[in-house]
Amino acid sequence: MTDAIVTPYLTLGAILFCIGLYGALSKKNAIIVLLSIELMLNASNLNLVAFAKMGVNPSLTGQIFSLFTISIAAAEVAVGIAILIMLFRNKGTADVDEMDSMKR
Amino acid sequence: MVSAYSQYAWLIPLFPLLAFLILIAIGKQLKAFGVYVSVVCTLVSFVLSVLVFIERLGGNMEGYTWNQFKWLQLGDVNLYMGFEINNLNALMLIIVTLVSLLVNIYSKGYMDGDDRISVFFAYVSLFTFSMLGLVISENLLMLYIFWELVGVCSFLLIGFWFRKPEAKAAAKKAFIVTRIGDVGLFIAMLLLFWYIPGHALDFASIHNAVADQQIPGHIVTWIAILIFVGAVGKSGQFPLHTWLPDAMEGPTPISALIHAATMVAAGVYLVARMYDIFLASPEALAVVAAIGGFTAIFAATIGIVQNDIKRILAYSTVSQLGYMMMALGIGAYAAGIFHLFTHAFFKALLFLGAGSVIHAVNTQDIREMGGLGGKMKVTAWTFAIGALALSGIVPFSGFWSKDAILTEAFHHNQLLFWVGLIAAFFTAFYMSRLFFLVFSGKQRSEYEAHESPVSMTFPLIVLAVLAAVSGFLFTPFNGWFGSWLTGRTVTEEASAIVMILSTLAGLAGIGLGWLMYGKRSVSAEAVSGRFPQLHTLLYRKYYIDELYDFVFVKPLKKIGRVCHAVDVYLIDGIVRLLTGAGLSLGKFAIRIQNGQVQSYGLIMLLGLLILAVALAGRRFI
Repeated sequence: MTDAIVTPYLTLGAILFCIGLYGALSKKNAIIVLLSIELMLNASNLNLVAFAKMGVNPSLTGQIFSLFTISIAAAEVAVGIAILIMLFRNKGTADVDEMDSMKR
Repeated sequence: MVSAYSQYAWLIPLFPLLAFLILIAIGKQLKAFGVYVSVVCTLVSFVLSVLVFIERLGGNMEGYTWNQFKWLQLGDVNLYMGFEINNLNALMLIIVTLVSLLVNIYSKGYMDGDDRISVFFAYVSLFTFSMLGLVISENLLMLYIFWELVGVCSFLLIGFWFRKPEAKAAAKKAFIVTRIGDVGLFIAMLLLFWYIPGHALDFASIHNAVADQQIPGHIVTWIAILIFVGAVGKSGQFPLHTWLPDAMEGPTPISALIHAATMVAAGVYLVARMYDIFLASPEALAVVAAIGGFTAIFAATIGIVQNDIKRILAYSTVSQLGYMMMALGIGAYAAGIFHLFTHAFFKALLFLGAGSVIHAVNTQDIREMGGLGGKMKVTAWTFAIGALALSGIVPFSGFWSKDAILTEAFHHNQLLFWVGLIAAFFTAFYMSRLFFLVFSGKQRSEYEAHESPVSMTFPLIVLAVLAAVSGFLFTPFNGWFGSWLTGRTVTEEASAIVMILSTLAGLAGIGLGWLMYGKRSVSAEAVSGRFPQLHTLLYRKYYIDELYDFVFVKPLKKIGRVCHAVDVYLIDGIVRLLTGAGLSLGKFAIRIQNGQVQSYGLIMLLGLLILAVALAGRRFI
């Protein structure tokens, strides 16, 4: 399997990213929004790893960088859940449509 | 000839202007002292005018002209400003400054106690400045500027007591009606500007252009008629006479100054100044004479039934101005100007006398007066002299000037002679009616009348002397005035028939007035009772005001309402539409800001997409 091309992996990454974006912008439950954000991050990880193996300059840099991304995503989700729990305690609901106190 | 004083003639209008500026600036603080500012400045102008006049008495026909101030340059046409002194001007300077000075002195007594007295004197000084500027104008454009300024001063002074609605309406009417005449003058000015080679508007160029026949004949006629339209407006001839009687709402001193002696004479002065154009067009002269003659008798018939003392005098002014126009129309230039000269004095005298009466009895209706002769001797005697002069009784000035006009009419146009004679009869009649109703008989209502203060009687005496003797300057036995004014020897043919007929007409008018109102042997009510419709027709001024109201005023008001509706609904509507559109757009766009993070996220994504397409997509277009 020499001359493997990178395009299918990139396409998958793009599709996953778009699904994640759609979810982040249109889901009512805040937890699902966080989940969608995780999906977007993982899609970009997929891109990184694909370029590491089959890109113009194959090297290990992409895989190492994706480890960084995973850990940062984990930290960010932890903080996000904490904020969500505080909001739930204040508003009594996890519905993002109810969080509009910045409304003009 | 070295003109020692004429070269300083430009100072003459500036002193009243100085008085105006001072009174406008610090008049409130000066209060009563402002009177003296105005009087002193007018006195200085009068002295200068006398000096200029004496210098011109030598009989030299050369005018003194100075026109070096380049005012406007339009391409290759230059408009200059300057002044000119010739015999006609010098005479007018004397008339204007003398009557203005006397009116200033008189107003000190008449307007005493009015809290806007400084404003009054400021306006009077402004008027004096404008009239003097008009008189010494060197070109037609400058004359037009001062002409309009005189109209503005008249407006300000008629509406001086602006809290009275009649005064406000009269001021507007005066300005608007004279403005109609001014449009005619302006069109004439445009025509002259177009046709005169070099586009010069000064009187010397006009004289040369007409003399060399460089303007086509029918255009000359049009120019002359349009100039006369301007004079008709300003001098209150038919059909633009309606503003003069209403202008009596203003204080009496300014009725004397503006509407008797000076501003209304500006129309006659204009025709005299542009007389070369009129001489070149016999049709225009016929129009002038016809309108003048008609106005003379028309106004006299209205005057015989009026009851307001000032209105009778106002119609008398309109009638006498008709005489002057008639004289100019039949070619009697010297006679017309001489009548202007004498009329200024005796009409100002009559108005100031009427003011003295009004000041004493606080009413203007002659039916409520009576028996004032005993209590107001100076007023009564001077008024009698003025009335006799106006009626044309020998040896007062009015006799000689009216006689000059009637003699010329007798030799040139018999119809106008009879019109003038009948108008003279009516003039004598209404003046004697006025005199006997006011000064003789029994007091008809409650008042305590006493003679007016010296500041008011002194001008009356001065004017009475002038009204009595100024006639001797131009009699059939002494044609000095005519020769001096026109530079040709004017021999006035002494026509005995005319003298006798005019004296008879005057005496008949006075006699009839005495019978009806003095002795009361012929009852006025019986006569007016026999012809009630005629009496009403005359009393309502031939319904001309109602006619103008129906034909012009009401339609214009309707058009005004339509325009107002267009303004409110269409133009304001467009503005409101634009603001409404802005507001709606805002209200629509603000729905995006709903405080929800997902909406903001969506907007950001869309923006990012557009940016990416704009930047990177260029390659594909």
